[in-house]
This record gives sequence, structure tokens and C-alpha cells, in this order.
Amino acid sequence: MATIDVPEQVSVLADAEALRKACKGWGTDEKAIISVLGHRNAVQRKQIRLAYEDLYQEDLIKRLESELSGDFEKAVYRWILDPADRDAVLANVAIKKLSPDHHVIVEISCTRSPEELLAVRRAYQARYKHSLEEDVAAHTKGDTRKLLVALVSAFRYDGEEINTRVANSEAKILHEAVKDKEFNHEEIIRILSTRSKMQLMATFNRYRDDHGTTITKNLEGDSGDEFLKTLRPTIRCLNDPKKYFEKVLRNSIRRVGTDEDALTRVIVTRAEKDLKDVKELYYKRNSVPLDQAVAKDTTGDYKALLLTLLGKED
Amino acid sequence: MALPVDIEALDKAFSGIGVDEKSLISILTNSNEEHKISLRKGSSKLFIEDENGFERWDQSSIKILKHQFNRFRDAVVLSLLHPWERDARLIEKAIRKGPKHYNVIVEVACTRSSDQLLGARKAYHSLFHHSIEEHLTHIKGRERKLLVALVSAYRYEGTGVNEDVAKSEAQILYEAINNGDKNKLLDHEDAIMILATRSKQHLQALYRHYSQSYGKTLAQDLEGEGILKDTVECLCTPQTYFTRVLEAAVKEDADEESKRALTRVIVTQKEQLVQEGFVPNKIQDILLGLYKDFLLASIASGDIK
Repeated sequence: MATIDVPEQVSVLADAEALRKACKGWGTDEKAIISVLGHRNAVQRKQIRLAYEDLYQEDLIKRLESELSGDFEKAVYRWILDPADRDAVLANVAIKKLSPDHHVIVEISCTRSPEELLAVRRAYQARYKHSLEEDVAAHTKGDTRKLLVALVSAFRYDGEEINTRVANSEAKILHEAVKDKEFNHEEIIRILSTRSKMQLMATFNRYRDDHGTTITKNLEGDSGDEFLKTLRPTIRCLNDPKKYFEKVLRNSIRRVGTDEDALTRVIVTRAEKDLKDVKELYYKRNSVPLDQAVAKDTTGDYKALLLTLLGKED
Repeated sequence: MALPVDIEALDKAFSGIGVDEKSLISILTNSNEEHKISLRKGSSKLFIEDENGFERWDQSSIKILKHQFNRFRDAVVLSLLHPWERDARLIEKAIRKGPKHYNVIVEVACTRSSDQLLGARKAYHSLFHHSIEEHLTHIKGRERKLLVALVSAYRYEGTGVNEDVAKSEAQILYEAINNGDKNKLLDHEDAIMILATRSKQHLQALYRHYSQSYGKTLAQDLEGEGILKDTVECLCTPQTYFTRVLEAAVKEDADEESKRALTRVIVTQKEQLVQEGFVPNKIQDILLGLYKDFLLASIASGDIK
């Protein structure tokens, strides 16, 4: 369930005016920006941008970029974009890093629905004049590249059908791979990048039933080669995305010095999806509400925006 | 007694691609039982004399006739289907029928626009309750990786090519073909990545650089490499691929599969056919009946949008 709190009645014209007012003059009224944008869904945010452009012949995003700075600006920028466009930006940032953030690419390709992923691919082309898969291919190598390209190119069947024979045989294949740590990369890539999500769930369940432990437990740890480091989040995202997001949040806050990129990314991308469930998981796991942990670890307008997106009352 | 000209006409009615329905009507409705006896005796193609002196229908001819009569039906169906469903069904059939048909998968994946290919993938979900990639799992051969990569592509279609990258990737392909083990080409990761992820404009630039740098075309260097050559042709020089397929269809000893390509190519490519003008002249002579009318009309109307 979503966490953001959207009012019953919304006037995008009034919103555009309020944002204009917040940006005019000497300082910027960040609180006003948060109180408007932090309480609007994707459709409304898009309409506000259009209204703002209409009224003031200016791109709201560019205006905000020039007025704001730091983590707050990054968060606002990501929040205000269309979800598909946002994912395209996140993917590009992840790819272009000196040491590419494979887990972000995995996250986007494995936790979005098949249609959403297609929308990301279209948005990526519109923005960057390359296909997502060619940029991933150009910035990665080896089996990691094969896995990532396969994941971003996937257009999974969205139906409920499950083939138990296939679940059985593919659970076996995955177990062989995990147990021996001799990863038959071809087969793993094939299974994880082509099967429908329902089919994969059946396979993972079968794995757990046959071996008494989940596949993610068998893959525990932080070490291993690059392929393994990309494989873990892949299986986690496909197996239980909410649990995966809880872990990313937990790690981003726990670190000495918060990982703002990860924190922003998860909160912004899940606030309209399943952040409520992730919050519950977080509380169960850490005995501390997520709001509290975030409040303790962040400051200023950045903190205020995150808490608003988390559903905290003003 | 049937006139020799009638016997000849009967044979001729089945001797091309399609069936001369008009001719059959005129011969058969005008024949009495006596005529038919001599028709059967005289037709070397359709009837054989068995040990009792009885003119019986030759079994293998029946199969051929079935194909001939079905051509018009197939052309109609293919023409009526939504292009996405049409392409999804072409792919599904090709996967089922085996290696000799994989070129159809390459053809659909590489000659349609990015959005058309996406549409075919969606239609495939609806029709077959699996993704194309999943069904390709059934292929055990080495072509699988290339085919999965090609059907998964959503290529950028804008202009703007980095010529330096195109040139260096031409070199990668050259080395893969000429220095490596040619048998291992289908396993060459970089080659597959380039062919499966780059835009068509980029690949066409790569194709040009290849010819300039190495004095032969990439397609020439892939002679004998089956679907790899098909892939390159479909992406870079589709008219060459389609011309080749059409000419194979109208050859003297063309097999049934080659002939079926006629229907597929003409119905799916009719706009391009008119523009590029690569329909072999022989088509006029070898096509028969309603099937001929349908295909020629398709080509003629190709520039009506």
C-alpha cells in the first residue's frame, strides 16, 4: 500500500501558483514545496508541471533544480518525475558510475511489472538516445553483463499459470548452482530472466520445501565475485521485493553516514506502491519505526520531505 | 477421348505455385466419364497405374495438392490477422517446427520496428500464455542465445550514430569471424551483444565500416553461417534477405517450406516490395489462380496506405 497522503480535492492551478510563490524572490520556501508536492500522486504532479508551464512558460523542474540543492534537491527531482522517467534516470545514473551500481539495475528490472519495465525502456530511449540494454551492455562485462542485459530486456508473461514440473526441475538446477557455488551461469540467467514471476515464486517455494531453507539464505553473505554480487539482489527482488526493500533501507540507515542515494531511491520509488508494507516489515525486523529511524539519521528539508512521503502528518 | 491439350492443361493447373481454378473448372465440368479415364491415364503427375491396371491417385500427389490448395487460404488468413498476432503465430510455429525454420524468428525479430516487435511479444503472451523467451527455452541448440537476445531487443530508432564506436565494433566482429573459431560464433558474447542491442542505424554504419576496412561485406564473411548471416542481412540490408528468400521460393526445385515463404514475405512486406522493387519477374509465370491474383494484387496495392 502507498504511504503518501493525498487530499480529496486538488487544484493543480493553485498548486502551480503556490510553487511559483515558493520559488520567487530571495529565498525558497522549501516547506511550501514539500507541502504541495509531497501530497500529490504521479498524475497530479504531471498536471502541476503542465499547469506551471502554461502559466509561467517555464519548466518547473528546471526552476526547482536551480532553487534547491543537495540531498533535498535530488529527492525532489526524483519525486517529481514520472515513474518511468524516474527509473530511466536512476538506471542511467547507476550505469554511468565509475563502478556501476548493478543492484539498482537489478532492482528496477526485477521489481517493476513487465509493462512498467517497458515504459522505463521507452523513457530511457527518449532521454538518452540509446536503448537501456545497449548502455548496460556497454558498461558491464562477462556473465554479469549477460545477466543484467537479460533482466532489463525481459518482457515476462504476466499470468498466474504455474507448471509444477518446471518448478521442480528448475529448483533443482538452482540448488545445484547454489550448493556447488559452481554457478552454471547460462541456466541461472535463463531461468531468472525468462520465467514469469508466478512461475519463479513456485520454483523458489519448491526450493524451500525440498531443502528446508530459502534460496536467499543459501546465498547469504557479502563476498563473492561480481556475478554472485549481482545474483543475490536478483533472487531477492524476484523472491520477495518488500523484504528486499526493507533490507536496502536498513542498510542505508545503519551505515556510518547514511546512504542517501539508496534511502531516497527506495522511499521515492515505493511511496506510491508498497512502502506501507515495507514500513511494517521494517518495524518487525528492527523494533523501531522507519519514520523514527529516518528522522534520527537525516536533517532539514531532506528529512521533512522523506517523512512526508512516509506518510507522516504535517 | 480427352484431348492431349486437356491432359496438358490438367497437369499445368497444378504445376506452379497455387492452383489454376478456372482451368480445372473448364476441364472437369466438360468431361464425361470416358474423358476422365483418358485424363487419368494421361496424367503422369497425378495418377499411377497399379498392378490391376487401375488408374489410381498417387499418394504423394495428394499431399502436394493439399499444400497447393491451402496457399490462398494461408494468404487470406495471414493478411487478415492483426500484425502482432500474425507475427506471434509465425514465431510460435517456427519454434515448434525446428532449426530449419529459425530464420523466420530472425526475420520477424529483425525486420519489424521496435514497437511492432513489442506488440508481437504482447500478442504472444495472450495467445500462448508464455513469453517468447520462455518458449525459446525448448531450443537446445546453440542458436538459442542469439534468438532470445534478438526477440528481447527494443532498439533505439533515432538518428545519431557514434562512428568511432561503430568502427571499433566492426573490428570486434571481424576478429570474431576471422581470428576465432568460426564454429563458436554463436557463443561469442560480444558479437551477440552488438547484434542484439545496437540500433539498426548503428549496425548499418558498422556494416559500412566493415566493408571499407576489410574489403568484403559482413554478410559475405558470414557466408554459410545460417542464422547469423540472416541476422546481419535482416538488420542491415533487409532487401537482400527478402530477395534471396523470394528467389529461393520460385526456383525450379524449391521445397514446400521455401514456397511458403512467398506468402509470408509478400503479405508482410508488401509496402517495402513496391518501394524496393525486388520481386522476381519469374513470379508472374509461376503463380497460379486465385493465389496469384491475391499476391499480385498485394504487391500492386503495396503503396496504398
